[in-house]
Amino acid sequence: MDTPRFALFSRLLHWLMALMILAMLFIGIGMVASLADYHWLLSIHRPLGIAILALVAVRLVNRQLNPPPPLPADMPPVLRFAAHASHVALYALMLAVPLVGWAMLSAGRLPVVLYGGLELPPIVPQDVMLYAWLRAAHTALALALFATFLLHLAAALMHGLVFRDGVFASMASLRARRGTPGRPG
Amino acid sequence: MISKPPDRSRYRLWPPSTGVLAGLGVTGLVLAGVAGAFAYTVGLLSPGALTQTRIVDRFQAVNGIHPGFRRNHAKGVCVTGTFAGNGAGARLSRAAVFGSGAVPVVGRFAVGIGKPFLPDTGAEVRSLALSFRPASGGEWRTGMNDIPVFPVNTADGFYGLLAASAADPATGKPDPAQMTAFLGTHPETARALGLIKARPVSSGFADARYNGLNAFRFVDSSGASTPVRWSMVALDPFVAQVPPSGAAREPNYLFDGLVARLQQGPLRYRLVITVGQPGDPTNDATLPWPAGREEIDAGTLTLDHVEAEGPGNCRDINYDPLVLPDGIATSNDPLLSARSAAYSVSFTRRAGEPKTPSEVQVPARPPATPGVPATGG
Repeated sequence: MDTPRFALFSRLLHWLMALMILAMLFIGIGMVASLADYHWLLSIHRPLGIAILALVAVRLVNRQLNPPPPLPADMPPVLRFAAHASHVALYALMLAVPLVGWAMLSAGRLPVVLYGGLELPPIVPQDVMLYAWLRAAHTALALALFATFLLHLAAALMHGLVFRDGVFASMASLRARRGTPGRPG
Repeated sequence: MISKPPDRSRYRLWPPSTGVLAGLGVTGLVLAGVAGAFAYTVGLLSPGALTQTRIVDRFQAVNGIHPGFRRNHAKGVCVTGTFAGNGAGARLSRAAVFGSGAVPVVGRFAVGIGKPFLPDTGAEVRSLALSFRPASGGEWRTGMNDIPVFPVNTADGFYGLLAASAADPATGKPDPAQMTAFLGTHPETARALGLIKARPVSSGFADARYNGLNAFRFVDSSGASTPVRWSMVALDPFVAQVPPSGAAREPNYLFDGLVARLQQGPLRYRLVITVGQPGDPTNDATLPWPAGREEIDAGTLTLDHVEAEGPGNCRDINYDPLVLPDGIATSNDPLLSARSAAYSVSFTRRAGEPKTPSEVQVPARPPATPGVPATGG
């Protein structure tokens, strides 16, 4: 059956960002508990975070150009609501975590070095109290992103293994075409 | 007539079929795997490992908590000035700071103690931390001490020494048995402390030599890297310390002396780069490099202004030794990453705490020519 799928570019973006964000969450939580690996993990953390921020912007534009396929018509309203709400949360957190990280370094007057001599300018004025607040927010939001990611992963597996409604395949398919719209299942 | 069975929604989980149970089981296993890997990375599953949090916790256990102050080198004063490179450093490093021309510098003199209100005794390690800020970007931060080598070569050693040299609550003095036990298992620290005790101690902050202690790498424009260590060497002539008797000693006499010296005129230091040879240890800050290594005089630091710690000045800078410009890179010294990690925890904690004025205050500068009315008459 030729089920509807996300556009190929949307799928590429999704899986690329899935890898980057998962790696990022592990790098972030790992480096704050590691003495030996702190520096090299941090040197990946900053450019990877900025890359994620840039890719989220690309994705938001792409979402307008290539709207996601409709959810199956028989999906209960509660699940539809959960799907939409969790996607809003995912996008909000994907934007907020790197932005707060950038602002936090700015407030702490720590240079935002991407690679070699490539640096980003500060986006908030120096203020150590603000730094402390943003530092705590960065961790809290990252943990919220990890929790939302776990929900998203659980939902994806449920769609693929339990509901078997084609939603998982709409993102996981390797086929180039978008499939036939309006024929869920 | 056979009636059609009611259409069962594929979204109904109850009563569960075998397929639903299997799907739920796999989903649960995958989630448990990811969450477990996360917990492992956080360190929940290895609570004994030494972390930056535990290092800073130990500082607080030894020194008490002094809100708003650094967990180490807590007592200090801010200075500003410029660094004028002479171009000689550019042979080994492409960092902008080594070109010619003046670079603004924000620095901090301090003593290597975690208590911000302790009177000066003359026995403390003195430090100079600097942030070089070239207009083109590429900030360089460094913290240096007036000792020839660092007492430990690993973070674990540092953590152990911190406990071994802590004052015993019963006596108020370190327990010699603890120190003996620590040195028995850390011969590198015994050797390094010998070198540290034998060093000439200057009369104050102004005439000291401050050493970067850890090895770094300079990277030139072709990408070639050279192991280096660096020092700031006072142009004021070295005068050996003669500690005043306890009664004659002002509680902040070291800092008062620095302020008085700066009120007479700017302080100057030469930035001396010591060039390592193949085989020189770069991963062990307890070991000096052999004498006779090439030294490059890379420029002159001029400090002409001193002020008490306050909002936005040196107080609010994390002198993380791994804030490095392109052209200076970390080495394989494990202390560098550990210092960077622990400084971050200390900075984050004190940043969010209420601030208390520093013990070191800078009096208003006296009139340059006493007796002459300020209006000029």
